[in-house]
Amino acid sequence: MSRRIVHDHNHDGIDRRGFLECMAWVGTGVLYTMAGGILRSETIGSPALDAGRRVDPRESGGGFTFAQISDSHIGFKREPNTDVTATLQEAIARINALPETPDFVIHTGDITHLSAPSEFDTVDQTLKGLKPKQVFYVPGEHDVLADEGKSYLERYGKGTMGDGWLSFDHKGVHFIGLVNVLNMKAGGLGLLGSDQLEWLEKDLEGLPGSTPIVVFAHIPLWTIYPDWGWGTDDSEQALGYLRRFGSVTVLNGHIHQTMQKIEGNITFHTATSTAFPQPRPGAAPGPGPLKVPQEQLRSLLGLTTVRYVQGSSSLAIIDSTLADGVAKSAKEGNR
Amino acid sequence: MKKICAGMVMSALLVWVAMSLAAEPRGSVVKVKIDNFSFSPQILTVPAGTTVTWTNNDDVPHTVVSTTKKFASKVMDTDDQFSFTFSDPGTFDYYCSVHPHMTGKVIVQ
Repeated sequence: MSRRIVHDHNHDGIDRRGFLECMAWVGTGVLYTMAGGILRSETIGSPALDAGRRVDPRESGGGFTFAQISDSHIGFKREPNTDVTATLQEAIARINALPETPDFVIHTGDITHLSAPSEFDTVDQTLKGLKPKQVFYVPGEHDVLADEGKSYLERYGKGTMGDGWLSFDHKGVHFIGLVNVLNMKAGGLGLLGSDQLEWLEKDLEGLPGSTPIVVFAHIPLWTIYPDWGWGTDDSEQALGYLRRFGSVTVLNGHIHQTMQKIEGNITFHTATSTAFPQPRPGAAPGPGPLKVPQEQLRSLLGLTTVRYVQGSSSLAIIDSTLADGVAKSAKEGNR
Repeated sequence: MKKICAGMVMSALLVWVAMSLAAEPRGSVVKVKIDNFSFSPQILTVPAGTTVTWTNNDDVPHTVVSTTKKFASKVMDTDDQFSFTFSDPGTFDYYCSVHPHMTGKVIVQ
């Protein structure tokens, strides 16, 4: 099957490279549509896209959407965001306001800041405000601080395997949640571990290559910046099991900014945090919270929605921020 | 008497200077800072009996965990400290179990 990339520049004068940079550093909105092996990118803010007409599942014989939130860090109380519960609530309100209610939500970890029971309680209470009633979780390193994940599993482990990894099928798409924040080795990066890899290989056995796959995990499954631990030591083995599939979407968090990479049939994507941004790789002495002015904060926080259109193998990833004037931010970021 | 005193003072000073140059004095407390996801100093040389105190100056939590499990802090939030007294000589590698790319070493002489 031939593959090519078609750029839709939204007539805003931003070329693809510039746009991807904006997306990565500014956290602006972008839509990726994968249809028949052709990937299109377009800024959100386009009326056609906002109305959902371009990839409306109702015109394509079914499909669904789901939302991704990440790195809510409930319990964090410092600059640049002293009220992370409020920004999580804003993300929830935006999910609830979507024209098409997502079938479910995935949370890609760092649910809490310090794994405290009171922080988990606040998250549970806050997420009750979501219209979609089902939320799937994978832990971030901040969720397994106290007891190597025992209390996380007590709360979220129902129906999962091992340290909390899980898989399920939804309307023709196979979803896999992986855990790469436990048993990490000194000097290393994120780690899946041999038990989980073995489970993953078995989980994929027998699935036809045409099955669309969505993998989600906290730490990116592609190496972004090892000096800051932004990668997973044994992700290559996991990707080896996934390469035979025609459409693989890998959704991560951890780095508190959107970034995207396409490698063959695999699209890697990281989501923004709902709590605080982090610097672009190497742009600061360390990956700590980026202390931005209050008026800028919400343009660097956000959520991701993903739309699958049945029959056309389409997966559209839409990032949106908690701020208005998203397209304007993209242009500013491109200077 | 004066001369002996002066000699003793000089000797003590020399010993002190020598120890300061080589390593921290025995039985003292030495600080390691955690700043911007790194331990500073990353490699620390101390005499046996030294207590090392780590302080987390970052806005995110860290830990100090020996690679051989000889010592392990609880989660240290901002400004939290962890201390460990190194009684025996040896080389002790440690890391932050939350951010394992953060590594450090204590050499006890």
